[in-house]
Amino acid sequence: MTLLIGALTIGLILSLLALAIYISYRVFDIADITVDGSITLGAAICAVLIVRNTNPVLATLGGFAGGLAAGLVTGILQARFRINSLLSGILVMTALYSVNLHVMGKSNVPLLSTRSFITWAEQFGLWWFGRPEVSLLGWLVGVRDLLALLGSLGIVAATALALYWFFRTEVGTAMRAAGDNPQMIRALGVNVELYRILGLALANGLAALSGALLAQYQGFADAQMGLGMVVWGLASVIIGESLTGSRSLGLALYGAVAGSVLFRLLVAIALRWGLNPNDLKLITALFVFAALVLPQLLKMPKRGSAAAAAQAPNQKS
Amino acid sequence: MPQPLTSLNPPAGAMLALHDVRKTFNAGTVNEVRALRGVNLSLPAGAFLVILGGNGSGKSTLLNAVAGAFRVDEGRIHIAGQDVTRWPEHARARLVGRVFQNPFTGTAPTMSIAENLALAARRGLRRGLGWALPGRLKAELRDQVSQLAMGLEDRLDNAIGSLSGGQRQALTLLMANWLKPELLLLDEHTAALDPKSADQVIRLTSQLITRHRLTTLMVTHSMQQAVNLGDRIVMMHQGSVACQFEGADKQRLGVPDLLARFEELRRRDMLDETAATLLHDTYI
Ligand SMILES: Nc1ncnc2c1ncn2[C@@H]1O[C@H](COP(=O)(O)OP(=O)(O)OP(=O)(O)O)[C@@H](O)[C@H]1O
Ligand SMILES: [Mg+2]
Repeated sequence: MTLLIGALTIGLILSLLALAIYISYRVFDIADITVDGSITLGAAICAVLIVRNTNPVLATLGGFAGGLAAGLVTGILQARFRINSLLSGILVMTALYSVNLHVMGKSNVPLLSTRSFITWAEQFGLWWFGRPEVSLLGWLVGVRDLLALLGSLGIVAATALALYWFFRTEVGTAMRAAGDNPQMIRALGVNVELYRILGLALANGLAALSGALLAQYQGFADAQMGLGMVVWGLASVIIGESLTGSRSLGLALYGAVAGSVLFRLLVAIALRWGLNPNDLKLITALFVFAALVLPQLLKMPKRGSAAAAAQAPNQKS
Repeated sequence: MPQPLTSLNPPAGAMLALHDVRKTFNAGTVNEVRALRGVNLSLPAGAFLVILGGNGSGKSTLLNAVAGAFRVDEGRIHIAGQDVTRWPEHARARLVGRVFQNPFTGTAPTMSIAENLALAARRGLRRGLGWALPGRLKAELRDQVSQLAMGLEDRLDNAIGSLSGGQRQALTLLMANWLKPELLLLDEHTAALDPKSADQVIRLTSQLITRHRLTTLMVTHSMQQAVNLGDRIVMMHQGSVACQFEGADKQRLGVPDLLARFEELRRRDMLDETAATLLHDTYI
């Protein structure tokens, strides 16, 4: 049970990352690898602030702001300096590696027993239940873990709702259109480059927020923690789409969150069954590869027959 | 911006004025194309200009220059009395409504019909954090879309990508005119449609233009459209205006006259070519 709660919590925290990837990959069609660096940046800023005894809320928001700035830089590299989107992401991610080490001052910052969301969850749980463990459906679970789960759920739900609201405002619909058909929305008076910069900033802010929460939950920030996170986010978004489809904005956002949680659960189960943790990234990458390629392979014979059907009437006439 | 030369000022009352507009693509390379070679044009408010010309004569480039898709190399462009020569495309959108040749260019395919129209309802205006689709706007959308008589008013929440080319062009026209544009640019907007949809879209076009007295530039390859529509015609040839018909001349013009003009331009081209070959053979 503790394992399940842990997997759910991490899945929820990483669903903020999935939402970030939804914005960069689905709205703007950019595989933005900056998030590998910004998730760590969020964790680093948050951890350092917490160690200095800053209020955890401020520390978390500080991480978020760091991600915004990172996304801003990537966006400006693309829009102002016309650097290819993949390359801009790689440049900023690489630069962020050094920045993160500078922020932390070393490659790992532990957060043991410093005041954070987790210690708040623990204290609140003790006060509410009066003991460190409660029984849930017959299982004994730590109140700390339970409240961490509920807290993440609350934060993720609030973030997803805020995004849903944003993408239906005038600015938000224009941003979606800027990704969908830049030529069209430019003709309607939108500065597409500016909107792309804002979108990437928002995406990286969310990734950093995810990193800030993750650091508090696992009790440390680490210079390596962002490695391969883009692919993780992609996997979540793809699983989400197979769960809910992408027919509407609400379903797509919900799908990204659900996909992240489900993916984390699957991974937890696989690890429990003896999957070598070293293989995790390999398998994630293979999964995304398969998800990208399989639909095309499956479509191919169909497309062939459609083309044949389209030609048939021409031949008659 | 103060004008150094009075001759560069637009004629008073002109809605669109082009003064010696030039554009060369890929200048200095083997692919150099002198797409606009000094175009002068002046349209009073409410004028409907039809632009004809062979492939590659610079018709689309002219419309793109007006819309601001690129900066022109030389010359001045005034729209509604404002010098827009250095304005970026998205800033000119406040003054200009556009419909493109490709039905896919004018709409955002994954977004709904209603959302596309709502985006157009704020063309050139500041966009804020209010709902993109307030109830008041929705009712108006339904009303306007039902006037197209295409049965789309019950499908406002469908993705626009699921519609036919003709339906998309009709909606794009509606979008371009939702806020009355100072200038409407139509670039072969029926070329990709089957004859029936093309007719439908042309009818809608002339309805909208007459009802709102829009100043319009329409590119077409159809002589018939050119004869039936508009109150003036220019024929483009090799990046400049080869001939122009207005007023009574335009009214008298028939399809055979236009074809004759075309033939003339084509012959002149061939002469140029023979001359070039001759020079080439003689001197090289
Ligand atoms: N972005 C561009 N880059 C390079 N060359 C261009 C560009 N746009 C247009 N051209 C060239 O400029 C010339 C004029 O093109 P334009 O599209 O204006 O012709 P058009 O009159 O619209 O022809 P059509 O009837 O085929 O649409 C062509 O030779 C074209 O290849
Ligand atoms: Mg053209």
